Amino acid sequence: MSKRLVLEESASFNRKVIEYIHRASATGLYEIRGMGAKRSLPSFDDLVFLAASASRYPLEGYREKCVTKTVLGTRFAKKPIELDIPITIAGMSFGALSANVKEALGRAATEMGTSTTTGDGGMTPEERLSSKTLVYQCLPSRYGFNPDDLRKADAIELVIGQGAKPGGGGMLLGQKVSERVAKMRTLPVGVDQRSACRHPDWTGPDDLAIKIQELREITEWEKPVYVKIGATRTFNDVKLAVHAGADVIVVDGMQGGTAATQTVFIEHVGIPTLAALRQAVDALEDMNMRGKVQLIISGGIRTGADVAKALAMGADAVAIGQGILYSLGCNSPTYVQNGEHFSAEAEYATLNTAPGYCHHCHTGKCPVGITTQDELLEQRLDPAVGAKRVKNYLKTLNMELTTVARACGKSNVHHLEREDLVALTVEAAAMARIPLAGTDWIPGMEGRRF
Amino acid sequence: MESLDLRKISVRELNRFLHQEVPARNIRAIEILNPDGKHNLACGMDAPVKIDIRGHGGYYVGGMNKQAEITVHGNVGWGVAENMMSGCVRVKGFASESAGASGHGGTLIIEGDASLRCGISMKGIDIVVGGSVGNFSCFMAQAGRLVVCGDAGDGLGDSLYEAVIYVRGKIKSLGADAREEPMTEADYAAVKELLDRAGFDCDPKEFKRVASAKTLYNWNADANQEY
Ligand code: SF4
Repeated sequence: MSKRLVLEESASFNRKVIEYIHRASATGLYEIRGMGAKRSLPSFDDLVFLAASASRYPLEGYREKCVTKTVLGTRFAKKPIELDIPITIAGMSFGALSANVKEALGRAATEMGTSTTTGDGGMTPEERLSSKTLVYQCLPSRYGFNPDDLRKADAIELVIGQGAKPGGGGMLLGQKVSERVAKMRTLPVGVDQRSACRHPDWTGPDDLAIKIQELREITEWEKPVYVKIGATRTFNDVKLAVHAGADVIVVDGMQGGTAATQTVFIEHVGIPTLAALRQAVDALEDMNMRGKVQLIISGGIRTGADVAKALAMGADAVAIGQGILYSLGCNSPTYVQNGEHFSAEAEYATLNTAPGYCHHCHTGKCPVGITTQDELLEQRLDPAVGAKRVKNYLKTLNMELTTVARACGKSNVHHLEREDLVALTVEAAAMARIPLAGTDWIPGMEGRRF
Repeated sequence: MESLDLRKISVRELNRFLHQEVPARNIRAIEILNPDGKHNLACGMDAPVKIDIRGHGGYYVGGMNKQAEITVHGNVGWGVAENMMSGCVRVKGFASESAGASGHGGTLIIEGDASLRCGISMKGIDIVVGGSVGNFSCFMAQAGRLVVCGDAGDGLGDSLYEAVIYVRGKIKSLGADAREEPMTEADYAAVKELLDRAGFDCDPKEFKRVASAKTLYNWNADANQEY
């Protein structure tokens, strides 16, 4: 009788964990990678819309108008941002991304009437030129940060944290610190750049209030000032940012992406976007600031359904990073040049990965030319092709958003409300404080009505 | 000389005047009275004008300055001349934390002491301090020079990139990757030029040079992340 092979995998020490321990033992180093959390988390997928029925009238899909106009920064700024859609492009640096990509994002955002955002490393002339509405980030590193670009910006985003790594600084490994990147950041070429996790000239909310005032003074109180926080103690952080004088709060949940961060941060620090959004909205409502201070949510927003759910829960707009990279062709087996598709499988293999699994933005060897400073690789992304793809993606999201809004009987996407949603899981119901489908039960809220 | 009195106008009115009227009317000298520790005085300047602030300033005096020559006849709060691009800021008294933080250019002169993190993240600015500097000065400083005529606190030059520090007195401790290096003729000349610019009468021969050992420039498998 042949022997039976018994392969019982340990739940605690599964193959993934064993590989982690082997790797750590071989190198003595933690892993650094790009993109966002890969683990399964409660998310917008766990919510569904109730839509109109006998008690609500839906709107005709293609005939009746559904407004998507979005205004950000109405609290103090003389010139608030007016967008055609509530979907913006999140901050991603030139350095992490190639100049071609930055240009493509600017073009796509401009054509769709929305904004794009600089990143750690400053503003490139290409992105300023191609972006009608450009948000300029003020980060702890202050790489390339200067008053001329500050005045050229349409809004300022003071970054306290990022969802992928709240409490952590930035990294740009030497492969990506090309001559141009190094010059913009005042660094030696090829150095592994570490960015600070704290701002150099303020700590705490009272200092932040003075810092915000300084930025306003320098720009004549014209531009909206956003404050971006990584989702952790979101309820308190949002309150402090409002107290410090923010016009707009950006909350980035733990599904948010990064160009290069320790895996331990990406997978184990911060709270899911769903939970963070509810805390942020609660904080604004608690301060009677809903509608006065606008809220942008980011961190794993992928589809029009995600956007609609975020708006229904109380966000004024969303910001998308990783979704935009995928739309440019991230993790695609091919890249497009002169209208033809070419295989990038060999380059994925060089990185010990394959299309669909890649998170190797930190290496600077992006097989499809997105997150690279390599002169040859970056040609794999034609800005015109990239702009068209991103525009199509944003257009699709917006169409899905308005489809859902009309089905819920809303003539304006900003009229979507929590009452339109129910949760499919107990976890999502508890985090979003939305009733479990088919019940009026919200875990932890027994006895209280919504 | 034009005079603006902060007991009569707001900081917003002051800065609007400095940003708009000063270049439009080609004003070359102006004094600010009764600053009383107010924040954000003369920040965002972009004109070749001499500004005398007669008293103490709060946070971010001369922040992001370009071209202007600003003298504070008193002490200043956090982040004086933060992210300065060009021009000069002189503090007759003492400076609080993060003086000259992330400055890209120009000269910051502090006649008294500077507190913690002086020159943090600096990117090309020159800072000359007549007194001593606090802990963690020049943390992650990328370019430019810091001259300290007194002593330096703990962790001087932690995680330095290409900035160079010259200290006349005692250094309590050096930060990670900072090391003392021998002074060269070029260093003596640089210190002399900076002292002359500041108007400080010290002997360049008494200064030590601190720069990056560059061991953190590339991610090191043996560093064990405990640096
Ligand atoms: S394909 Fe490029 S952008 Fe996408 S994960 Fe890989 S390296 Fe990053």
